[in-house]
Amino acid sequence: MQNFWFFIEVLVGGLLSGIMYSLVALGFVLIYKASSVFNFAQGAMVFFAVLTFVGVMELGLPFWAALPVAIGVMVLVGMATERFVLRPLVSQSEDTLLMATIGLSFVIEGVAQLAWGVDVRNLNLGIQDEPINWVMDKTGMLISQLDITAGIVASIMVASLALLFSRTKVGRGLRAVADDHAAALSIGIPLKHIWMLVWATAGVVALVAGMLWGARSGVQFALVWVALKALPVLIIGGFTSVPGVIVAGLLVGASEKVVEVYVGPKFGGGVEVWFPYVLAVLFLLVRPEGLFGEKIIRRV
Amino acid sequence: MFYREAGQFRTSYAQDSQIFPLRQDRIGIAIILMAAVLLPFVANAYWLSAILIPWLVLSLVALGQNILMGYAGQLSLGSAGFMAVGAFACYNFILRVEGIPFVVAVALSGVCAALVGIVFGLPSLRIRGLYLAVATLASQFFIVWALDKFPWFKNYDPAGVITAQPIVMFGHNFASPREKYWVVLVIVAALALLAKNMARGSVGRGWMAVRDMDVAAEAMGLSLLRTKLQAFAISSFYCGVGGALFAFAYLQTVEPSAFTIELSFRILFMVIIGGLGTIMGSFLGAAFILLMPIFLNVSFHGVFGQSVDASVISAVEQVIFGVMIIAFLIYEPLGLARLWQLTKERLRLWPFSH
Repeated sequence: MQNFWFFIEVLVGGLLSGIMYSLVALGFVLIYKASSVFNFAQGAMVFFAVLTFVGVMELGLPFWAALPVAIGVMVLVGMATERFVLRPLVSQSEDTLLMATIGLSFVIEGVAQLAWGVDVRNLNLGIQDEPINWVMDKTGMLISQLDITAGIVASIMVASLALLFSRTKVGRGLRAVADDHAAALSIGIPLKHIWMLVWATAGVVALVAGMLWGARSGVQFALVWVALKALPVLIIGGFTSVPGVIVAGLLVGASEKVVEVYVGPKFGGGVEVWFPYVLAVLFLLVRPEGLFGEKIIRRV
Repeated sequence: MFYREAGQFRTSYAQDSQIFPLRQDRIGIAIILMAAVLLPFVANAYWLSAILIPWLVLSLVALGQNILMGYAGQLSLGSAGFMAVGAFACYNFILRVEGIPFVVAVALSGVCAALVGIVFGLPSLRIRGLYLAVATLASQFFIVWALDKFPWFKNYDPAGVITAQPIVMFGHNFASPREKYWVVLVIVAALALLAKNMARGSVGRGWMAVRDMDVAAEAMGLSLLRTKLQAFAISSFYCGVGGALFAFAYLQTVEPSAFTIELSFRILFMVIIGGLGTIMGSFLGAAFILLMPIFLNVSFHGVFGQSVDASVISAVEQVIFGVMIIAFLIYEPLGLARLWQLTKERLRLWPFSH
């Protein structure tokens, strides 16, 4: 019986960490859905957003004042990206844009370090990374309060973003722009405004993801590499699907933890470093567009 | 005025299919090669071992990456993983085969890397673009993990960081930086020539067809399986040889932690800034990425006098790298190699303007 509860604990822990991955992946999906650009710089944006938030708080502002300041900074970053990186490259191939965002990630990482220094900072959100007592008493499982909170926040964000894209006029405009820039322009959709909106939203999502990750493991440079973990989530879920991100995140998180705990010790551990990627590759071989993605049609 | 082809007649097929048809080009290459060979007599040990050797080795790896990304169009982020395969294979060959010449060990380790490359290149038959990049990330993480976790690769060494064996060939121990430089120079020059020939032959044309539109290439009768796996194999061979040289001629240690994803990204940048789809671009890009930090360091010290904090310099370096990548992609997507080509074209017309 104890083994069963242990398994449930590992599973739930994995599911919750998977939700954290999907939060980061959500930023990618947003930008991809609205501008067909894979924003490699999302990880750097997560890092920069939360670093700005913590840095501003250190300068004396309280929590609720620092939040809009950080959001404002991310909106500015988004606008600058759109103006200086995306607009000059507007009709280039996907690979070119991808490489441009790789360059952008370096710029943002460097600016973050120049502006706020390289020290590791702690972020206290008021919710402790401690087990929930009544769950622990009843079943012996250790499930972190922070993780549960993150799960709830992530679910709310995903639900609201999914509604935005499918039910609102703005959402339709975003989808139109992603499909075909030129066509969207020709029917009067204001491209620049749409892009600014998208990047601003992605910045806000990055801030939320950064805050939750930062509270969990400290605000440090390693946060940038968390975005790399979101890549398998994106691939399995499909680049253009908001609900797909959650499902894939849960899948990746759960499988990663379960494999690490049950198979990892046979190899000395560290399996979770590469397992999500191999899982993503296996998915790709069977279903190249991901679980919920749009089918890729290539014309010659 | 000087760089003209007037008066140079090609009267045989062999002459017509030369790599450098212009006499001036051939003279230029001969001068460069001679300068490269004679360089150790004027350069000091620091320049040789800290700048020139890594430049040559990383150019070789960038060449491999260029073959895969620039010529065959397969986005790859796993070059450091293949380097690691090459380094460990070389270490194991020298360890377990008594008296094997270094060049043979390096070649065999390249073959090992090529085989691993074929395995991890199999997904390229089904997936393209960014998805393939993620698959190569899988290869990068998996290879480094496997080399770390299975102690056979490190010969059960408890410390985890193995010292590379000395470079021994034909009974001679190539120990000094000068000798190591010459070994590396010969290997890199030979492989670069090979790559140039492959790129302009039917092999390279097949890669470029796959890059430009693989559906059409397949419709024309090109076997995508063979072409893509060939690209992965050859590219991994180059990365493997580069990795072996990296460990034996530069780092002097063989450890998985030298072949991180940051190295993969550095090589990616070398190829992008140098110029995708060119041989020259690999060398130019490697030089740029290697020399930029040193140049920044020196200029910071010059401008600010006392030494600036290392983290500040590295942060500025990162920003400049990122800006350069974006700038190159916007203004000169074909990289430094294209700038060099434009210079040559201007020289061909000089002193006239058109």
